[in-house]
Amino acid sequence: MNLKPYGDTALLLDCKSLDEAQRWFAALHDEAEVVLGARSVLLRGDPAALRSLVGRTSPASSTGSAAGQEVEIRVVYDGADLDEVARLTGLTPVEVVEAHTGTPWTVAFGGFAPGFSYLAGGDPRLQVPRRDSPRHRVPAGSVGLAGEFSGVYPRESPGGWQLIGRTELAMWDTSREPPALLTTGATVRFVVA
Amino acid sequence: MTLVVESPGLLTLVQDLGRPGLGHLGVSPSGAFDRSALRQVNLVLGNEAGAAALEVLRGGLVLRAEAPAWMAVTGGAGSITVDGDTQAYGRAIRLQPGQRLALGAPTAGLRAYVGVAGGFAVPEELGSRSTDTLAGLGPAALRADERLAVGTATHPPGIEDVPTLGRTGELMLDVILGPRDDWFTTAAVRRLLESPWQVSPAANRVGVRLTGPVLERSRHDELPSEPCVRGSIQVSADGQPIVFGPDHPVTGGYPVIAVVLDRHTDRLAQAAPGQAVRFGRVG
Repeated sequence: MNLKPYGDTALLLDCKSLDEAQRWFAALHDEAEVVLGARSVLLRGDPAALRSLVGRTSPASSTGSAAGQEVEIRVVYDGADLDEVARLTGLTPVEVVEAHTGTPWTVAFGGFAPGFSYLAGGDPRLQVPRRDSPRHRVPAGSVGLAGEFSGVYPRESPGGWQLIGRTELAMWDTSREPPALLTTGATVRFVVA
Repeated sequence: MTLVVESPGLLTLVQDLGRPGLGHLGVSPSGAFDRSALRQVNLVLGNEAGAAALEVLRGGLVLRAEAPAWMAVTGGAGSITVDGDTQAYGRAIRLQPGQRLALGAPTAGLRAYVGVAGGFAVPEELGSRSTDTLAGLGPAALRADERLAVGTATHPPGIEDVPTLGRTGELMLDVILGPRDDWFTTAAVRRLLESPWQVSPAANRVGVRLTGPVLERSRHDELPSEPCVRGSIQVSADGQPIVFGPDHPVTGGYPVIAVVLDRHTDRLAQAAPGQAVRFGRVG
């Protein structure tokens, strides 16, 4: 763990793994405004007060997430980058789909935009870099891959992930409580629609 | 009591002080880009500091009153008229039924804030009336013929003096280096602090892209996505910085070389394309 400056209204707790970041998040989220990253936790507030808070806090023994919830996401695998993902991974497009649907994913953390969740723990063969240049418009419901993560775009937005398919499920709806379909710790299974 | 939009101008949004504290839901604070101008307009009108006002990009807004109303304009403004008669900047303006308030193109700055005594009473979403342009939260941008509900005024308008927005030369923004300055060459960090930068046309409430020398990275691996704030200076793959605004993404995948002091981020709301910017290191 390494505490880094982040302007005059926040601090960044730099962690070695997602698991460590999740355990710090669990220990701190009742004490301060915290946002989880893939290897980090952002704490918002007065930096000096936050430093002393982190100094007297230890990471939680578990990630404290809502395990048990299971969500099935039906996907039409016709994404614009499916062939590129196949090329990058050395798989055929059919094998990419089998790998994406063959292993359950876990909701690691939310971010980027409301309702967007980073899903981790999928088939390790699917690790691909982001696109060199992001798309200006990624349609809502697009299913993508980037690094060790998969995710579903909740609404049309710019985006740099490799797109492999699309779903019609609403990932975000503020008339729902909670508005996000996926909560941290939930299990996600992708199935071919 | 309502106001009717006769012309929305280029882009007019309802803004208050946003949705702080919802980062864990993937929701950015959003809210007025120039928060000090929002507070000023509400102070003049006797409103709560965070009452909802209109953020008007580059003027062009025309509103018609259906009942008597106190209004005021702060921020990046130009001509302010009621039925053609010039009105003072930063002062309460009395509108009678049928009268029209019109904003010309700003002579300084970019975004004017138009307040009304009682505040604009559009419905809240997640505790705020602000439009978050990235997340799609809050009301849509104003459209012609739309009717805007106004809340009940609780205090009489004040007689505060609001300083006009000065025409600035270079815009100075103080920064604290990090968290990822160590992902860049020492020459790149020096260039960030010593070069003049220019606001590019690709500037909006999500972020203000700057053009200047290329900021070279010393590490070329992919940064695991990490949280951002308003004022984060993220450097994309082409080596050019973007300073995040109120509607920034909650997390980003490019390294943040430095962060602009929170109170200085308001100044970026008024920086037009071509504006020269310099960064000063305070930490």
